Amino acid sequence: MSFQEHEKLHIEKNVKRELTSTELQILAAEWSEHCSYKSSKKHLRMLPTTGPNVIVEKGYDSGVLDVGDGYVVTVHIESHNHPSAVEPFGGAATGVGGVIRDILSAGTRPIALFDGLRFGNIENDAHARWLFKNAVSGIADYGNCLGIPTIGGEVEFDDCYTNYALVDVAAVGFGKKSKLIKNHANVDDLVLLIGGSTGRDGVGGSQFASDALEGEDRSAVQIPDPFIEKLIIEAILECRDENCINAMKDLGGGGLSCAISETAESLGIGIELDVKNVHLRESDLSPDEIMISESQERMLVISDPNNLSKIKQICDKFRIQCSVIGKVKEDKMMHVKNGNDTLALLPADFVARGPLVDRAKSKPEYLSQLPLNPPSETQMPLSDILLKLLSSPNIASKHWVFRQYDHEVGIRTVIKPGFDSSVLRLDNGKSLSVKIDGNPKHCYIDPRQGAIGCFEEACRNVVCTGANPIGMVDHLQFGNPEDPEIFWTFMESIEGITDFAKFLDVPCVGGKVSFYNETSDGPIKPTPLIGVLGLIETSPLLPTLPSENDVILLVGETKDELGGSEYYEYIHNFIGGIAPKVDFSESKKNMKSVLSLISKNLIKSAHDCSKGGLGIAISELCIFGKIGCNVDLPSTLSSEKILFSESHSRYILVVDRTNLDEIKSLLTDDKCSFSELGIFSGDQIIFKSNSDPILELRVDKAENNYLNSLGKIIQNG
Amino acid sequence: MKVGVIVFPGSNCDRDMHHVLTDVFNLNAEFFWHEKNLPSNIDAVVLPGGFSYGDRLRAGVIAAHSPIISDVKKLAEKGIPILGVCNGFQILVESGLLPGVLLKNESLNFMCEWTNLIVNNNTTPFTNKLKMNQKIPIPIANGEGRYFVEDDTLNQLKKNNQIVFSYENKVNGSISQIAGVCNSDGNVVGMMPHPERAAEKEINQIDHKPSSLIFESLIETVGMKN
Repeated sequence: MSFQEHEKLHIEKNVKRELTSTELQILAAEWSEHCSYKSSKKHLRMLPTTGPNVIVEKGYDSGVLDVGDGYVVTVHIESHNHPSAVEPFGGAATGVGGVIRDILSAGTRPIALFDGLRFGNIENDAHARWLFKNAVSGIADYGNCLGIPTIGGEVEFDDCYTNYALVDVAAVGFGKKSKLIKNHANVDDLVLLIGGSTGRDGVGGSQFASDALEGEDRSAVQIPDPFIEKLIIEAILECRDENCINAMKDLGGGGLSCAISETAESLGIGIELDVKNVHLRESDLSPDEIMISESQERMLVISDPNNLSKIKQICDKFRIQCSVIGKVKEDKMMHVKNGNDTLALLPADFVARGPLVDRAKSKPEYLSQLPLNPPSETQMPLSDILLKLLSSPNIASKHWVFRQYDHEVGIRTVIKPGFDSSVLRLDNGKSLSVKIDGNPKHCYIDPRQGAIGCFEEACRNVVCTGANPIGMVDHLQFGNPEDPEIFWTFMESIEGITDFAKFLDVPCVGGKVSFYNETSDGPIKPTPLIGVLGLIETSPLLPTLPSENDVILLVGETKDELGGSEYYEYIHNFIGGIAPKVDFSESKKNMKSVLSLISKNLIKSAHDCSKGGLGIAISELCIFGKIGCNVDLPSTLSSEKILFSESHSRYILVVDRTNLDEIKSLLTDDKCSFSELGIFSGDQIIFKSNSDPILELRVDKAENNYLNSLGKIIQNG
Repeated sequence: MKVGVIVFPGSNCDRDMHHVLTDVFNLNAEFFWHEKNLPSNIDAVVLPGGFSYGDRLRAGVIAAHSPIISDVKKLAEKGIPILGVCNGFQILVESGLLPGVLLKNESLNFMCEWTNLIVNNNTTPFTNKLKMNQKIPIPIANGEGRYFVEDDTLNQLKKNNQIVFSYENKVNGSISQIAGVCNSDGNVVGMMPHPERAAEKEINQIDHKPSSLIFESLIETVGMKN
């Protein structure tokens, strides 16, 4: 634990005395990068956060969106990278637990989970395989036990994550607007700690996560207990229904220190608490450890004293502990006592608002050194290239992963995992489409365009189900922000995301920044992850399988943008080139047109064209439909570029021929660029250039590689 | 007419089951917390899926010792229809109401996927509107779903017509591909797959009618009377 010079000055200026050891511990936890966002907070303010659907209330840890008819959807995203890199099962599981409690604290029931997972090269790195396998098990174990379906996500492998792991979890909640917790507190209200006991696990977790991963500090990793979490969810929702909760906050990073100071600060109150009243797992825990323990499955609840017996009764029913640890004061102070002794007495806003820092930024050297073209052309036939790409762990079906997750519980899952975006039905007859997307390969080559691209891709995915994007969450993951070159990539990403969010009018309703994602081998590639929520007024467009003679239509333009593509990286082992760039007006136009075609019921299905390019997108449709295709590629660019460039704003539409003319005329009216590529037919994937076949691959062979590669890598090592 | 849906700490398909019973099939269903008593005039009982007691020790084993299970046993003896789904099936097995055990899946992993069931007995209160050998597209979601009994018991199950459902394909290594069984009287049925996840068109785009027949069979048995 150490403070930086400016932090020491800030303390001296505001506290005219020596700090106690407890105060030092509290400040070290709360002012860590992880809790205070000291490097990023100033810049996060640029993101647009308001919109017609956004409900803002003080103290919410999750974004709240109005979906009409008196219902709301809540959403939040978090990561648990450092812990998962040390202990993947527990790290990933507790990551799920934390984000669920953020949804719960708004007074909504968690209804879906999404995971973005990133590891090193699992094909040749046994440690990466171990991390991957156990992180998946940890997520499955936790989410399945709670009965919250894990319905989507993404998995990616890249050498930059060697000896490391990114485990991002997004959660979505649903509830009645009238039952949202309107965070407030009155003097003499009780401060309760509900749920699991406080132990030594996770002590110092926030500081651990605010430094490069060098040692394996296992005591900083929390221990998961999904059964307790399930009981807490039910107990809290019952307390909510009984109107017993005035304010609520999850205990996450920084433990009690963070929860108490931030609650007091956001509500403009003081809180006095006695560590003697905290229920403990180990009796010899010191007061300082109690204040910074990050033991899981705990909720802080502020209630009127008259409701205490009702709350106790509900907690008794579920056999979970509920301790009165303190009360609300008028003085806006955070007052920590041990019996009659005062251990800490500091203004809550002083604790909660850590001093922010200005980080220097400079364009990274590496960007000007990236080569434009691979040193040599490949001699591999295109059919072999396609087959190899279909087997790439980054492209191959993630069935091995999502079949371990209960994705049906809750009986809301209308579009199941494995397609563009998963869709949940809501109680008001509407549907919610949610997708998370990241692309570190693009972001490395062009941090700004890469980040915008992730955002656009997530939008495209929800559009393919017929949903209109209504909100987004961003999770920005980078290396050490003290390195100006890394900070530059962060700034590029957030500026890009802000520009696109403003242009599309899609507000950012939540997010998280995670720095210090680096090992002794260096930092990760910039890894922003964007989650987009889309609303469908009725039923979604289901991923209907293509059938014989259905027409393949491509909306959008394929550009010379192979940089960061799976083709360059997996086939050529080449990092460089020009990464895809989003043309804002083309993006908006195409989204609008595809949505209008869907609403007019003119297309059978829509599929996003992204990783692996057109070649993969069409092959995936062939594999789903167990049907071949006969496609004539445009000759505007070389066949490789047309097939594998990952240009944005493109959609593959599967169309019944009878609707073709109407669709074409609508797309022409909307001034969208589109091309009729061919039809589904036979049992071979056939791509032609100027009517000459350049690629032929049997669908069953493609299917076998696509569906089984990932499982084989895990099983056979 | 009343169907009791039993809720244990950690049950997580209770609300789904209640929704399907009430909102989809217009049955009168009520939740019963595991510490409560079941009224003796109840017409049917459903033990829903989930992770009762977090699957500690072994799936279903702690819940099988809940106070409410003694009431379930009494109702079972009276011939009242009782259905256990997934964790509910595990609880019925652990409480001795149904034969056999449910072991870890052959894959050693949790498995959530759609599969086809085959109806092997259409005389139970939950299958009487289904045809013999009818296919039911339905999802499974479990880690310990591999049904096992010793040869003697297996022969007895076959002889007594106690195998209610089997999987069309090899799914998890269950003996004789068994997915669901009943007691010798036929009124207590346990099954690993989730009919409540397959009985509505919106969430079952393959065919929701066969799973619906499981609930319609119950209606046929107990009637719609209030």
